[in-house]
Amino acid sequence: MATQSRGRASRRAGSPLTPYLFLLPYLAIFVTFVVVPAVFGLWISLHDWDYMLDSQIFLGLRNYTDLLDETSLLYPEFWNGMKNTLIFTVASVPFLIVIPLLLAMLLNIKFPGRTFFRALFFAPYVLGVAVIGLMWRYLLDGNFGIVNALFGTEIQWTTDQPWAWVALVGVTIWWTMGFNAIIYLAGLGDIPAEQYEAAALDGAGWWNKFLYVTLPGLRPVLIFIMVTTILASANMFGQSYIITGGGPTESTKTAIMTITELGLRRYQMGAAAAESYVLAAFLALVSIANFWLLRDKDAAREQRELKAERREKDALQRQEVTA
Amino acid sequence: MDASQSLAALSRRRFLSLAAISGSAVALAACGGGTSPRDMAEPSTAPSGDGGKGGYDGPAVQLAFWNGFTGGDGPTMKALVDEFSKEHENIAVTMTTMQWADYYAKLPTAVTSGKGPDIGIMHVDSVATNAARNVIQPLDDVAAALDLQESDFAPVPWKAGIYDDKRYAIPLDVHPLGFYYNKDVMEKAGLDPEKPPTNHDEYMAALEELKKAGVEGHWATPFPFTGSMTLQSLIWQYGGSLFNEDGTQVLWAEEPGVTALTWYNDLIKKGYSPAKVAQDADYVAFKNGKNAFNWNGIWQINDLKQTDINWGVAALPNIGGTNAAWAGSHQFVLPVQKEQDANKADASRVFINWISEKSLAWAEAGQVPARNSVRESEEFKAMKEQSELATQIDDLHFPPTIPGIGDCFGEFEKAFNSVLLSGTDPAKALQDSAQRAQKILEDNAKKYNR
Repeated sequence: MATQSRGRASRRAGSPLTPYLFLLPYLAIFVTFVVVPAVFGLWISLHDWDYMLDSQIFLGLRNYTDLLDETSLLYPEFWNGMKNTLIFTVASVPFLIVIPLLLAMLLNIKFPGRTFFRALFFAPYVLGVAVIGLMWRYLLDGNFGIVNALFGTEIQWTTDQPWAWVALVGVTIWWTMGFNAIIYLAGLGDIPAEQYEAAALDGAGWWNKFLYVTLPGLRPVLIFIMVTTILASANMFGQSYIITGGGPTESTKTAIMTITELGLRRYQMGAAAAESYVLAAFLALVSIANFWLLRDKDAAREQRELKAERREKDALQRQEVTA
Repeated sequence: MDASQSLAALSRRRFLSLAAISGSAVALAACGGGTSPRDMAEPSTAPSGDGGKGGYDGPAVQLAFWNGFTGGDGPTMKALVDEFSKEHENIAVTMTTMQWADYYAKLPTAVTSGKGPDIGIMHVDSVATNAARNVIQPLDDVAAALDLQESDFAPVPWKAGIYDDKRYAIPLDVHPLGFYYNKDVMEKAGLDPEKPPTNHDEYMAALEELKKAGVEGHWATPFPFTGSMTLQSLIWQYGGSLFNEDGTQVLWAEEPGVTALTWYNDLIKKGYSPAKVAQDADYVAFKNGKNAFNWNGIWQINDLKQTDINWGVAALPNIGGTNAAWAGSHQFVLPVQKEQDANKADASRVFINWISEKSLAWAEAGQVPARNSVRESEEFKAMKEQSELATQIDDLHFPPTIPGIGDCFGEFEKAFNSVLLSGTDPAKALQDSAQRAQKILEDNAKKYNR
């Protein structure tokens, strides 16, 4: 024990500044492109701000209080955007988590052409949102689209609800499932084969293997996928911007679309910044809740116990040395 | 001061002396001091020389020209630009085309960062906004050089270029909405393809005949293109207006607005249009002979010429009782430059001057020349479709030219979209949207007058 802790200390040789020097380039970029704009954005959100005009009018918190005032112009737009964002997130995230998992398990089985199929399912993700958006807008066109022609349906995929949501969720799944699947595949590869063997010896069927070996083994990957997928869905913009234009009647206009329009088309940067911060606050809460819900409670307890044990041992050792 | 700065200062000094010799006062960017683009390029010092009339014989320059001509008009403008570059050895113009919406969002940002183009195009209803926001600079000198006379222009495109008593834009064209009809489909339904309907009763009768023949004649699109233009035309036809004269009141919720929107929505109810038409599907249907009538912009002429269908175009039928049609107008503008390069400023003026004189060539792109003189020329009259639509010139209505007016149209679009797609009552939808637009109008009045 003693040698080990000494060994750890000796590895820290050299200037204590070294790690910070290594971190400096990243820090510089982080400060320039994240911290400064974020703080400056807060400042903007306190103004009636148009960067092309000579003077900016200080409003204090009015841009924020307007978002709580039902009679203000921004209130209905913003909360409509937030509601639509919520709808899309709730509708898309479960599919985006489950379907890629099943896909990854399928692609994890050894069969001829596996690599080809892996590439095939990942391929759409390589395309930009403008490409897939335009393509699907034409495919889903309710009057002339090939989707209706193939299925013999007469559904207005882009101008009627709930079909517009079905279309947007469907397109998003098709587009991004390959990405999540690849991450799951990496996670599956990390699960030791012995664990499956042991489970098999204990008489576990495929469902129990999945429940007690695969899922726990994927926990870190799952947390990562949950958090990034929720954030990606909550930031959805391109699909509804291109495919439905936010319609029918603003029903697929997401929060980001509302903010973009306000800031860049109506040049109200202050109000748009305030809306962005409210959205960001919501997303931060969701992410924290996510980590908290998905943390491994047993492992955390074990770790705490382990630490306490180590502390006791160290204390004992010190007593021995001094004695 | 680094090398490039001193070089720039040098050439500026050299240019000043040259300018002094030629006797023309030249604009220079006032360096330092202010933070907004207006402070950096003081408008009062804009070139007041010959406005590009005398040509350009300075060192070779490269000009950036941005516009949103993504349709059939793009290639024509490109050809004009190429011709210009060929004629002017020392001026090379690079044309960049993007979607109008992106263009309007990008331009101010580009101007603030000093990466703005030398020349741009704007619609009438955007000139005031961009003048107020210091995105574009006055060009009174170009107007003087071109000898632009008010009497030679339709009043609105002429006035649209003036903001705060200064001219910010040179009118290039007028583009009205027109009535396109598919002759083959009309013939099949037993209608005379050479006699398209011109008034309410004829129009309804024609739609009824088409319906009997199994054709939904006029597809009512819920999208701004070209549903918004169609509805605006109808409101004027019914004797109404979207705004009052000085742009301080929103009027579209009044009775003519409700009548117009009800008529439009009834196209669906009466079986003349499918419900919930997809974006652009109305026009695609027209090109494929699935419907008979389409109210669309003059800019579609070249596109339709490339199809196999047998089509014609006429002035909008008079549905509401007064002849009226929506129209827009493209205008040349000079974006503000952070670092005004006097050579580029001069060359840009030469370019605008030159293209302005070519408005007949531009008419081939499917536009009506802004100048009366060109519009009345024999050459223009020989362009059958264009001149047919130009007959509407006295009945055209443009959006008001006040800063921020574009923000209100979003509300108008929402209103008819919710009527057509969500079944909202027309009067209620218009009322709600007009109330919001009124607030936007008042907020903007405060914003741009501070």
